[in-house]
Amino acid sequence: MNLASFDPVAAVLLIPIGSAALLAALPGYRLTARLNVVASLATFLAALCLFLIDRPPPGPYVLVDDLNIVFIVLNTFVGFTTSIFSASYIAHELETGRLTPAYLRFYHAMYQTMMFGMNLAFVSNNIGLMWVAVELATLTTVLMVGIYRTHAALEAAWKYFILGSVGIALALFGTILVYMAARPVVGEGQDGMIWTILIEHAADFDPALLNVAFVFLFLGYGTKVGLAPLHAWLPDAHAEGPTPISAVLSGLLLNVALYALLRFKILLAANPTAIAPGPLMVTMGLVSVVFAAFMLYRRRDIKRLFAYSSIEHMGIIVFAFGMGGPLANFAGLLHMVMHSLTKSAIFYAVGHISQIKGTQRINRIRGLTVTHPALGWGLVVGVAAIAGLPPLGIFMSEFLVVTSTFARQPLLAIVLVFGILLAFGALMLRLTSVAFGRPRGSTASAEASYVPMFAHLALVLGAGIYLPAPLVAWFQNVARLLG
Amino acid sequence: MQMHSLAFDISHTLAGGLVLISFMMLYQDRLYSLLNVFALHALVLAMSVAWQAFIQDAPHLYLTAVIALVFKAIVIPVALHRIVKRLGIHRDIESAVGIGPTMLAGMGLVALSMVLMLRVTADADPLAREDLAFALSVVLLGLLVMVTRRNAVSQVVGFMSLENGLVLAATGAKGMPLVVEISVAFSILIAFIVIGIFLFRIRERFDSVDVSALDDFRGERR
Repeated sequence: MNLASFDPVAAVLLIPIGSAALLAALPGYRLTARLNVVASLATFLAALCLFLIDRPPPGPYVLVDDLNIVFIVLNTFVGFTTSIFSASYIAHELETGRLTPAYLRFYHAMYQTMMFGMNLAFVSNNIGLMWVAVELATLTTVLMVGIYRTHAALEAAWKYFILGSVGIALALFGTILVYMAARPVVGEGQDGMIWTILIEHAADFDPALLNVAFVFLFLGYGTKVGLAPLHAWLPDAHAEGPTPISAVLSGLLLNVALYALLRFKILLAANPTAIAPGPLMVTMGLVSVVFAAFMLYRRRDIKRLFAYSSIEHMGIIVFAFGMGGPLANFAGLLHMVMHSLTKSAIFYAVGHISQIKGTQRINRIRGLTVTHPALGWGLVVGVAAIAGLPPLGIFMSEFLVVTSTFARQPLLAIVLVFGILLAFGALMLRLTSVAFGRPRGSTASAEASYVPMFAHLALVLGAGIYLPAPLVAWFQNVARLLG
Repeated sequence: MQMHSLAFDISHTLAGGLVLISFMMLYQDRLYSLLNVFALHALVLAMSVAWQAFIQDAPHLYLTAVIALVFKAIVIPVALHRIVKRLGIHRDIESAVGIGPTMLAGMGLVALSMVLMLRVTADADPLAREDLAFALSVVLLGLLVMVTRRNAVSQVVGFMSLENGLVLAATGAKGMPLVVEISVAFSILIAFIVIGIFLFRIRERFDSVDVSALDDFRGERR
């Protein structure tokens, strides 16, 4: 097959959905877990091909531009590494009997369906289709959060489902309002929902209607980003589901909602008379950072601890995009990539740790660096990265966010730094007790897959020391696009 | 002109009827009666959508109307009736807030959505803007039902009435694409939940207000 007839966009969508059907039908753990890895790898390779091909012109449904390529490649890469982690994690769950083979089949099929939903949300040029895709991705994660069927898991899934549905309903109302605003200008029918057409004519839309639409979209998709005070579903969903799902929730699904938000932010910014979306995003971002930083101190469950840390980081990212301008956008984009890589690496470590220790309670886990050096030190590096210690990647992106804010709004920067330092303290406090000291809990050896975790950490470390020039140029270009 | 204003009046009446039925949901304190009121809600929605299909000359909307009629007004209420009976939860609904404050909050929400939508859509055509204002009222009242109830079944009913408001908004936006697809997607979603309630026997009361109980339960507190 030559490159001309190969359509990576179709491949990114068809490989996950095709393998979902296959995985639903095939029995056996070994085969399906491997197939899951292979399918995820193939999707990742197809996503890389997006760099090589000539972009297809934006159609009524599909759009490929500089912005969503970043998201798709990140999404498929973390999806691929998580599938490797998932293979060893799930093997242990089968041994302990927490998952039965029937549920395993369901789990793998849902994993690929979720990848399909997320990729579809990224490539869609139609705001209605994007909404449907986000809904699909949410629904599949709801089902996976509840997969253990314990009381706590069902309750977490239910809470996630109800809050997610409300968010998604508000987002749909906002989408309808955008169409209403577009209709007098671009005419009835499909054109009123195609993003590239909307953005061309955005300047002529009724600003009042667009403002209300953005408020609904912000609340709707913001619920799914996990912004305080709409975050209530997030810690439960992270704590009670299988850990690979926690990793993709934090690393990927929050990004999908963020991406939807960014698309509408660009739309609003194109209309000079509408409200600037920035202040709204800055406020919610800051509230999330400070709130999550305080909440980190009270966590007793290790997965919930990192779930709150995700809220904090999504807050920083939304804050950076809200500030806008080339530098802050660049920093927000970089922070998003670094956060996805680091947080999923942490969840890989935490998944194996909680399997070995048989608990997620922080005070029952001690001295990991002594008993399990690879996992323990992996966790130490991961938490050091997420807390923002140099020379790791998150230090650089946080530094950029803070300095660019200091130059423009020193007061906001002080609040932001306060939140980041507070979170730093909480994470270090918990890290020292978990990683060092006299070992506590089971010391059984781990059958862990270290490759995904260390691959992510190496990337984060590498990015902290040296960012390749083409990557910087690409991100700068996207940052300009974001306005 | 005469015909046009009649068309306007009928769609206005139907949309206003939906808001009133949403209010009726707020004070139902038994699950069976809540389900009956919801069936009525879906019936009025089906009529409203069919009327929109007629005046907009958009035959595909009849499909949405049929889905609303068959699926939401008949299949789902009947299925939920049986689930309620099977799970033995046909007693009173515990609402987190009393009926009086709930009704007052409902009125406040309707007033809010009227003021908001009528103001921002000042130059849209009158049919669409009234429709949108009513739709937002139905959405907000659906949210209110969800937050004032703790029982899984009544939360789902609240969600479905909220979704009816969205369908009303989508059909009122003339020529909007994907309306049928979105209503099908929602129906699938709801079917999932109803099956989920039944399979997982979610009969516990999900208390969205008292988070401290949850924290205790998860060992989040020392």
